[in-house]
Amino acid sequence: MFYRDAGQYKSSYAADRAVFPLREDRIGLAVILLVAFVAIPLFAGDFVIKTVMMPFLVFSLAAIGLNILTGYTGLISLGTAGFMGVGAYACYKLTTYFPGVNIIVWILASGFFSAAVGVLFGLPSLRIKGFYLAVATLAAQFFLQWCFIRIPWLYNYNTSGAIEVPTRTLFGVPITGATAAIEVRYLILLSAVVLMTWLASNLVHGRFGRMWMAVRDMDIAAELMGIRLLHTKLLAFAVSSFYAGVAGALLVFIWLGGAEAGDVFAIRQSFLILFMIIIGGLGSLVGSFMGAAFISALPTILKFGLPAMGIPIAGATAEHLNFMVIGALIIFFLIVEPHGLARLWQIAKQKLRIWPFPY
Amino acid sequence: MRAPDTPVIVKGEALLAVENVSLRFGGVKALTDVSFDIRKGEVRAIIGPNGAGKTSMLNCINGFYHPSEGRITFKGETRRRMRPFEAARGGIGRTFQNVALFKGMTTLDNIMAGRFLKMRSGFFWQLLRYGPAMREEVEHRRFVEDIIDFLQIQHIRKTPVGKLPYGLQKRVELGRALAMEPELLLLDEPMAGMNLEEKEDMSRFILDVNQQYGTTIALIEHDMGVVMDLSDRVVVLEYGRKIADGTPEEVKRDQRVIDAYLGVAH
Repeated sequence: MFYRDAGQYKSSYAADRAVFPLREDRIGLAVILLVAFVAIPLFAGDFVIKTVMMPFLVFSLAAIGLNILTGYTGLISLGTAGFMGVGAYACYKLTTYFPGVNIIVWILASGFFSAAVGVLFGLPSLRIKGFYLAVATLAAQFFLQWCFIRIPWLYNYNTSGAIEVPTRTLFGVPITGATAAIEVRYLILLSAVVLMTWLASNLVHGRFGRMWMAVRDMDIAAELMGIRLLHTKLLAFAVSSFYAGVAGALLVFIWLGGAEAGDVFAIRQSFLILFMIIIGGLGSLVGSFMGAAFISALPTILKFGLPAMGIPIAGATAEHLNFMVIGALIIFFLIVEPHGLARLWQIAKQKLRIWPFPY
Repeated sequence: MRAPDTPVIVKGEALLAVENVSLRFGGVKALTDVSFDIRKGEVRAIIGPNGAGKTSMLNCINGFYHPSEGRITFKGETRRRMRPFEAARGGIGRTFQNVALFKGMTTLDNIMAGRFLKMRSGFFWQLLRYGPAMREEVEHRRFVEDIIDFLQIQHIRKTPVGKLPYGLQKRVELGRALAMEPELLLLDEPMAGMNLEEKEDMSRFILDVNQQYGTTIALIEHDMGVVMDLSDRVVVLEYGRKIADGTPEEVKRDQRVIDAYLGVAH
């Protein structure tokens, strides 16, 4: 009714290859962006921005990174949190040595460091696949996590053993550190995520995306198309770790403003990001966002949202309830749709397109 | 596909020469001292009973296996250990006995993936999906659409290939191989498991590819009727050895071939 492709003719291949070929989709995207960029900073409180929106955005970015590796190229990785950490510490060292250069440049540049580390740990992927590769990347996770704790140089010998985020400004406005306004930090984070999502979408819809998916679906046939497996897999590791690294730097510098490595870059985080893309949908960028929303934002909403709606539950009870609800929802979604929320979304759109007819 | 600019088919010039190739896996001899050649522009069938080493032969030609002995010369160039992507770069396309499509991708993307080697635009433009990247995308889409028209698969353009029936999957796989614009096309049982009508369609496509575009074709097939009708020359393998080589008529009359297929009275 309001979601139809009838009457929307494509007269060029470029229009047909568009990422959002339907006008309704483009309008929807514009509305979402408008809400995210204007309405949320204006009307949402600090609390909502800090505990719901910011973790959601950070983990969305990390999930996109992992999705490029696992969903698009078919290589399982359990080192995401480690690669995020590399980005965070690289950014810390860079801004320590070159405080004059804008922090945003260093946040983006820190991705290259984690990309390099990712490529290094991606080297075994030519020979091993599946669970064995997962274990190899687990080694990366443990090794990197060890580095973050045991090498004091990485955290500038701070007695706290953590990154202490310095105040850095953009056009005179502080964007990191204790004095930065939450709305400013949110807008920086949002811009970075939107930009990088756009780039990722371009990448996966083009030649490299097809190359990755070809290797995922049938590596033998991919090789016969002239695709070199090692190059393809290493490129996927590089791009994926780049995204993870930037997400890590954003996490520490923009969202948390100081973090202890043991907590945020631990193996638990790697698993959570893997769950995000499994529940959200492997091989789908929208799925990365849905999975991140489900795993990172829903617990907070349940925990604080229920009391806010007037359902009085104590903190500890809420915590337990939270685990039960999330657990039940994960099982429910995996049974209803093993291909993730993104597939459910796709099915819903397909049904809407032909509604009220069944086919 | 693009209108052929009057292909000059000089049959007789060897495009690929297999000389004394043997292939062993431990103690198992898959191929023993096999020699034959494939001439430019011909349809060359490789036949033989199950386990005769036909697929192993194709795997040697496009670099999945490296022959234990002997050599393979393609376009006058002999390589001791060719890797599959090098074979692809040299112009060898291939379809598989069990369809090896990219199941999660649409028909269009599968065939577009076949254009991989022809696409050149760099990482930067791919990131922006603009300028050279988009021009290239459209240009190759045009080529792919020609293949889609040729194979009459317009209606499944945007269907994920995993959902297609088997006969259509085989057709898409042929399309993907054609997208590479190969000089030598290796078809491993292109008609296995098809009904009569699908076989006729596929035969028509193979002949068209060969005649309009001058693509040299090496074909493994079990349907003798198809083999006899399509191929210019036939090589027969049995237990990894070559037992006959010649035109379909010659091969049909060869006593060793008849024995191999029908068995010998003891």
